[in-house]
Amino acid sequence: MLADLGRPLAGRLLALVPVLFGITLLVFVLNAVALGDPARAAMGQRADPEALERMRREYALDRPLPVQYVTWIGRVLRGDLGQSFREQRPVTEVIFERLPATVRLAVAATVISIVLGVAVGALAAVRPGGALDHVLMGAAVLGISTPVFWLGMMLSLVFAVNLGWLPVSGYGGGDLRYLVLPAFALGALHTGTVARMTRSSLLEVVRQDYMQTARAKGLSEPIVLAKHAFRNALIPIVTVIGIGLADLLVGAPLTETVFAWPGVGRLLVAAVGQRDLPVVMGAVMVFALVYVLGNLAVDLAYLVIDPRTRRGAS
Amino acid sequence: MARPSALRHRGFLTGVALVALFALVSLLAPALAPYDPTALAGATTLARPGGAHPLGTDALGRDLLSRVLWAGRVSLAVGLGVELLAAFIGCVIGLLAGYYGGALDALLMRATDVVMAFPSLVLAIGLIAVFERPGLDKVVIVLVALGWTTIARVMRGAVLSLKAREHVQAARALGAGDVKIMVQHLLPNALGPLLVAATIGVGSNMVAEAGLSFLGLGAQSPTLSWGAMLADGQTFLVTAWWVAVFPGLALLLAVLGVNLLGDGLRDLLDPRFRE
Repeated sequence: MLADLGRPLAGRLLALVPVLFGITLLVFVLNAVALGDPARAAMGQRADPEALERMRREYALDRPLPVQYVTWIGRVLRGDLGQSFREQRPVTEVIFERLPATVRLAVAATVISIVLGVAVGALAAVRPGGALDHVLMGAAVLGISTPVFWLGMMLSLVFAVNLGWLPVSGYGGGDLRYLVLPAFALGALHTGTVARMTRSSLLEVVRQDYMQTARAKGLSEPIVLAKHAFRNALIPIVTVIGIGLADLLVGAPLTETVFAWPGVGRLLVAAVGQRDLPVVMGAVMVFALVYVLGNLAVDLAYLVIDPRTRRGAS
Repeated sequence: MARPSALRHRGFLTGVALVALFALVSLLAPALAPYDPTALAGATTLARPGGAHPLGTDALGRDLLSRVLWAGRVSLAVGLGVELLAAFIGCVIGLLAGYYGGALDALLMRATDVVMAFPSLVLAIGLIAVFERPGLDKVVIVLVALGWTTIARVMRGAVLSLKAREHVQAARALGAGDVKIMVQHLLPNALGPLLVAATIGVGSNMVAEAGLSFLGLGAQSPTLSWGAMLADGQTFLVTAWWVAVFPGLALLLAVLGVNLLGDGLRDLLDPRFRE
């Protein structure tokens, strides 16, 4: 089974090349436009002319833009995203320090949205058009439409300020109680999407002919559901998990700001305020890479779950 | 299968009602608002809701109801205005890519892929950083620059399926020029899916504007915005819940209405989603 994954896998990887090129080019151009003179921006107005000259030579800033891009991409590939203007240390160091907090939040939010979303969607699918279905799907639309930062504030208001069950904000040195509210806030949007997709996917699958066939073959109902219904219902659910990755990354700067969560999203927002452009561009690029690689992982999951996608791989 | 009736689609009707309310209240804000939304004088700061100030006052003693009403105009204008511009760009790109195909198609679609390869709000934040200082005008520029991709894909897909149809072939045989074919025969036949995508787009624009303004990267005082008001709400969350609750509730209802309208339109217009 794994042998016929090779060719489609290579195809997916190859398709990434233009996208990665585009991402880096866009970030490079933005950086060039924003900085004007990067050497002066980095070293300040009263920089020593000789030091400026040295930096321009080192970063090929005196050469045409294509040469600058190639020089820059060479550095990026070696893991050098430049120096933070504000902190005077490598951008990668600043970002990697903040990454674990963001990953923790994103993983918790994903787990919540999948568990809750699949449960809600399956419950709603039990009797489509029934009262429970209407209530749950209404809640799902509400979850999708509620802006993540406002939801965060409301959760904080109810469960932290009024009830005092959980801390208002902060990281608490990794204490799990600090994770609960931000994870629910960030996961809510996606919970709604997963619930809707699970419901329509299950309803679609139970109508299919192969379900009848499986029953006609004399297979027991649990086996029919587990092997035939669930595996096929899984395909759209995996897609939605991929879409959810975008929601998580978009929600991260907002959620982290509401809950004073020391992640990459809040770093990005703060860096924009301080016009620390190397950090801004570094963080934007890290977000884009995570997103692209996440989508690749979703594609690969497809290849494993749905053999049909292995043939038509472009 | 019979086309479902718009009058029986509950989500669609709720969406229409909420959007109509949102539009009406925004348009009539000058008449409905009991106070000048920026006036500081004479009022108590952080007054509780009730009495002279039904939704209370903010930290500077400004009437919250008046501010929520006026800020709705900004949200509506940004949501719609950005979508109109973005949809125009998206239609042009989608038409060109789908109609001419080949290298132009490949180039335009790779550009679309790249813009879509970034989580939207993160790239928007990065683009805002390019400007010396933030503001609502920059938010509009940035959201237009990022918002055309979905429309472009929808338009291109529609063109690809339409351009082999008889009426388009007939128009070409009769000597119609490329532009005429695109504008008269391709664009009108793609309006349904375009309208669905654009409606959903209006909702995302409103959320994005509020998010950026909340982060301090959008509307700056004295420009009113639900997002910017929510940033105040965050500051006074522990002492004055109303500053955080009401602007967010307004934003939620407006976005919910637009999303329900978009979902409803999709059910009604797009045959693929018809149950």
